[in-house]
Amino acid sequence: MKDKGKYQPLSYFQLMEVTLRELLTEKGLLSEERITQEVETMRNRGYERGARVVARAWLDPAFKTRLLQNGTQACEELGLEIPGLKLLVVENTREVHNTIVCTLCSCYPRVLLGLPPDWYKSRNYRSRMVREPRAVLKEFGLRVPEKVQIRIHDSSADMRYMVLPMRPAGTAAWSEERLAGLVNRDCLLGVAVPKGPND
Amino acid sequence: MVDARFKPGAKVKVRKAFPLGHVRTPFYVRGLTGTIERLCGTFPNPEELAQMRDGLPEQPLYRVRFRQKDVWPDYRGSAKDVVEVEIFQHWLEPA
Repeated sequence: MKDKGKYQPLSYFQLMEVTLRELLTEKGLLSEERITQEVETMRNRGYERGARVVARAWLDPAFKTRLLQNGTQACEELGLEIPGLKLLVVENTREVHNTIVCTLCSCYPRVLLGLPPDWYKSRNYRSRMVREPRAVLKEFGLRVPEKVQIRIHDSSADMRYMVLPMRPAGTAAWSEERLAGLVNRDCLLGVAVPKGPND
Repeated sequence: MVDARFKPGAKVKVRKAFPLGHVRTPFYVRGLTGTIERLCGTFPNPEELAQMRDGLPEQPLYRVRFRQKDVWPDYRGSAKDVVEVEIFQHWLEPA
């Protein structure tokens, strides 16, 4: 039997995107090549730059202070290109564990961390992370002790968030690069914590 | 630009209103009382931007901290747990 696939007409917004793109290229304001390039750049951007920021903050207390005061300026100081990003960095301590969510849509610091994972955009994560964070974190494999305060950050408007995790024990003489290797995307969102050599 | 009315530590109440349109105040905190954590800056009003207007004057945007036990009366977890939400000044009243 011939599979006809699931044909669906373009949605309103898909049609608008195609129309706008074709108009811009017809008028010579943008080229197809330039658009493809930009899409590739977006796809290739990963969380590694965020990990580097964390490693620097672990090694340089003065930088860490500046990072917590003004995340945007501190990233620019490292030479990272983050156009338009208003970044707030929140610090995990022995008393506080931070986690990021956007309950209204899926706001994410893409320009710093790349594209968000699918689960971050799911209705399940977005609704349950504010309602029962301890249960959701447990599903990610993270048990936060009852005595630690959980602070959920709902990225509901113009700011974007990144978690500064705690530096794992047993990493005293480590280089910035090696430290950055301990930090993955989930640590930067607060659904995981970096594991050190003793963990 | 509209002047900031609230200082960090101030108690504020979120308006319990349900206007149509593009509103960035989540339903789950409307009508609740929280504490100003910080002023994030001033930004064009998103409700106006969504109507193709300029959103000016810019509105102060705050991070407001709520106790989870206040947000969800049956919240399971520590009484210390909090949720922080960005809320524009025109949604806040002194509490």
